[in-house]
Amino acid sequence: MWLLNSSIGKKLIMSISGLFLILFLLFHLCMNIAAVFSGEAYNVICGLLGSNWYALVGTLVLAVGVVVHFVYAIILTLQNRKARGNDRYAINARPKGVEWASQNMFVLGLIVILFMILHFTQFWYNMMFAELAGIHGDIHPQDGAAFINFYFQGNVVNTILYLVWFVALWFHLTHGFWSAIHTIGWNNTIWLNRWECISKWVATIICGLFAVITIIFYLNGVGA
Amino acid sequence: MDKDISVTLKVWRQRGPKEKGQFETYKIEKINQSVSFLEMLDILNEQLVNEGKEPIVFDHDCREGICGMCSLYVNGHPHGPATGATTCQLYMRRFHDGETITIEPWRSAGFPVIRDLMVDRYAYDKIIQAGGFVSVNTGGVPDANAIPIPKKDADLAMDAAACIGCGACAAACKNGSAMLFVSAKVSQLALLPQGRVEAARRAKAMVAKMDELGFGNCTNTRACEMECPKNISVSNIARLNREFISAKLQD
Repeated sequence: MWLLNSSIGKKLIMSISGLFLILFLLFHLCMNIAAVFSGEAYNVICGLLGSNWYALVGTLVLAVGVVVHFVYAIILTLQNRKARGNDRYAINARPKGVEWASQNMFVLGLIVILFMILHFTQFWYNMMFAELAGIHGDIHPQDGAAFINFYFQGNVVNTILYLVWFVALWFHLTHGFWSAIHTIGWNNTIWLNRWECISKWVATIICGLFAVITIIFYLNGVGA
Repeated sequence: MDKDISVTLKVWRQRGPKEKGQFETYKIEKINQSVSFLEMLDILNEQLVNEGKEPIVFDHDCREGICGMCSLYVNGHPHGPATGATTCQLYMRRFHDGETITIEPWRSAGFPVIRDLMVDRYAYDKIIQAGGFVSVNTGGVPDANAIPIPKKDADLAMDAAACIGCGACAAACKNGSAMLFVSAKVSQLALLPQGRVEAARRAKAMVAKMDELGFGNCTNTRACEMECPKNISVSNIARLNREFISAKLQD
């Protein structure tokens, strides 16, 4: 099967799974924006998702997306290191025009994944998992707004950790988005610069809004 | 004005593909900046021969930037610090007095070191043999206007055909990927009506050969494009991806 065996096929898997994860980020961003304006509205969304069957299916599909993206990143990185040969260059100069992020995608991705573990223990474990396992804590599993206030309002350490996460994600997306388009083949000499510019915008809009919202949560908590 | 300068060279010496290599340091005194980089190495080799030492092995041929035979990874750049130029087009005026110049061979699993700075680039020939040609019988020399080709396509094909297959793309790539070379060779034919006929078969065969020879996977860092002595664009890589994916989907 060419998708699994050829280099371009494997990259296409990275590309499609990456674009899918960007779509999820946009969805998650919409939820967060709702929470800024109204904690109640956010809790309605939490209630709609909760541990309903479609939310579970969605979570599973998402998990598969993350796992595929991560596993193929490992496979491709290992192959690429091997292709480089046994002796490393003594001097490595990054040529002008090569973005730093593009050469450090694996490390950036790893940082993003590590912070995801923190995020999951704070939210997913207390919400969807708690509901499924029937754990009852002080806060009701569907009261997402309360969890946001608990973790962010006045919590400097957590806020800074999340901001670091968004910076790593920003770097990852500035290269990832246009690179995914390029791998599919939707590019030419004219669109090359346009996609790179769009890529920076996409990364800045997503990560910038996430960051601003996090700071709002730190200062004021969710909207009344 | 070109001056006489003295430089220190750190040169990679390796006796054979399986042997361990190491850097050796040489001093070059009072070399004029108008001397080309390869001439400087010729002068050093003459010194070494006179001292009864083994000369440094390096590849070179036309010395005018068209054959793709010279290589050398100079101070962290394939073909040295100049842009859009091969090593043979590099002159000592790029360096200053007292500078240490590090010279390494192309380092890529696809290009094993033969000796010192010379690497085996036969892998690129194998990729060409897999499909980088047109096998239709064109008969005699056809009239230039018999098949109309848009100027834009002709220009893009010509730009892609400027690739001399030197291997700088794979040498510059942190993934050891040969995609810029393969994409240029696929593009130069895929863009023209005569090459279009076999485009699908060509893209599949050349990518399969590239993967088989152990070249890495392209992650679009664009290092290849920035270091390419012929300024081949990475938009060719997008075209190759397009050609390959649509060829596979049609199967």
